[in-house]
Amino acid sequence: MILSIASGKGGTGKTLVATSLALSLQGQGAVQLLDCDVEEPNAHILLRPQIDSSRPVTVPVPAVDKEKCTYCGLCSEACAYNAIAVAGRTVLVFRELCHGCSACSHVCPAGAISEEPRQVGVVESGRAGGVRCVGGRLNVGEAMAGPVIRAVKRLADPQATVILDAPPGTSCPVVETIRGSDFCLLVTEPTPFGLSDLTIAVEVAREIDVPCGVVINRDGLGDESVERYCAQEAIPVLMRIPFDRRVAEAYCRGETLAAAMPSWQQRFRELFDKVRGLTAVGSVI
Amino acid sequence: MREIVVLSGKGGTGKTAVLASFAVLAEKSVLCDCDVDAPNLHLLLEPQAEEVHEFYGLQVAHIDSEACNECGACVDACRFDAIHDFRVDPLACEGCGLCARVCPLDAISMRDTLAGHWYVSRTRFGPLVHARLRAAQENSGKLVMAVRKRARELAQQTDAAFILSDGPPGIGCPAISSLSNASLALIVSEPSLSGIHDLERVLGLCRHFGVRPLVCINKYDLSEENSRRIEDHCGDGGVEAIGRIPFDPDVTKAIVQGLPVVEMSDRAASREIKALWEAIATCPVP
Repeated sequence: MILSIASGKGGTGKTLVATSLALSLQGQGAVQLLDCDVEEPNAHILLRPQIDSSRPVTVPVPAVDKEKCTYCGLCSEACAYNAIAVAGRTVLVFRELCHGCSACSHVCPAGAISEEPRQVGVVESGRAGGVRCVGGRLNVGEAMAGPVIRAVKRLADPQATVILDAPPGTSCPVVETIRGSDFCLLVTEPTPFGLSDLTIAVEVAREIDVPCGVVINRDGLGDESVERYCAQEAIPVLMRIPFDRRVAEAYCRGETLAAAMPSWQQRFRELFDKVRGLTAVGSVI
Repeated sequence: MREIVVLSGKGGTGKTAVLASFAVLAEKSVLCDCDVDAPNLHLLLEPQAEEVHEFYGLQVAHIDSEACNECGACVDACRFDAIHDFRVDPLACEGCGLCARVCPLDAISMRDTLAGHWYVSRTRFGPLVHARLRAAQENSGKLVMAVRKRARELAQQTDAAFILSDGPPGIGCPAISSLSNASLALIVSEPSLSGIHDLERVLGLCRHFGVRPLVCINKYDLSEENSRRIEDHCGDGGVEAIGRIPFDPDVTKAIVQGLPVVEMSDRAASREIKALWEAIATCPVP
């Protein structure tokens, strides 16, 4: 089972839910938490895993052999990202714009372009109690999260219950995270901001054909509009976490809900059972 | 003219609540929402759209199944694993066009895709430039650039003193596009361990792009200890921490009413945001 935790809006409690769920499922078979918010990874702050392996994530970028280059400019014309330019007798490679597609080396008639790896981030794995943790980290100043997210997801264990902590937003890094999931939990807050971003997140989940359900965090703080929307769209509300200043304060100290209030572990196990019920063969959402 | 962008690294720290209040307090400003994949600023400003523009992102490959003989050259060439059963997955395709080049039968074409819209709207606090990326689309950085470009033109035309930009969370492509060449970045932080971690990374981004950051701590009273840590850390790095906003239920109440909090409330958070704006509006910028 691959379960992704997303939201649209940032700061709604994705990581709180992902980590609490992972901790609550310890002892029920292998549990793996993949932190796919590689721009601002936070799961490790709450779970404090012992890191036992770390590997670089690289993107192949062009290396131009000046001896062979005829400065014909075909590479520059072929590049969809403006990452390579020919100016007189100079070839400029803008490495941070390069997606590593290899179109430039493919079109080079002189065979002057080879590829070299460029590091854009790192993937670390480790263990926190019974939870296996994998997390990616994009280097500061790098624009493209995709290659790091893909590197994290490649370490998913097909035998385990895999929980993916998604980044905020609704564009490519979120799609990269939740595609291939069996289910997506959307964590939201009951405010017009939460509703607006939830609406877009639901569109994303539907676009990529992943069934979804909602967790309302800070329940009671705002209004009823999220509940009404979910009822209208027939999206199941699978959990409500009431607003409680003590939860917010525990989170500030780096504590999960499962650790700060152990009675919640049972509720997270029930949440997981509901998700499992909804993804069982034959059920349609 | 001064372009101030609000960033946070971590999402949900209160960027939009703070920026919408600045819109009320600033005289002669152009407003700009650089969070194009989950925009919220418009929810507090009652915008009336005056211009609508289409936004096209990267192209997407399309295989003509009539012409395709399933030789597999495209599948082998694609670095993004975007071709399965001789169909292109538009969500995985990054538009490089290599498949179209390697196809011996010319069965693959590259097509433009409408990736979103951007708008210029009227609000009671000045013009607002904002956008909406279509769900699951790529290249929000390019859309952010389009929005900022129009905001700058409007600021020049109207002789505005400020461009006030609401930024996206994170430190990747859209955050970089929101930050580069801005006059000043206000980082809205929160006193959680996650907030501190993310603050360090977004401050690194400001250093990387040479934009001066100022830091304020929202909901500082949820952990005074962590708030002091943030201020000490800022001090050590030569970054100015210029404000503390307390946790105040009026902030959420104002959002529910669709108003900037300084318009709706006179209490603690509102007072601190006003003081914060005074400090930012008058702070010297090279």
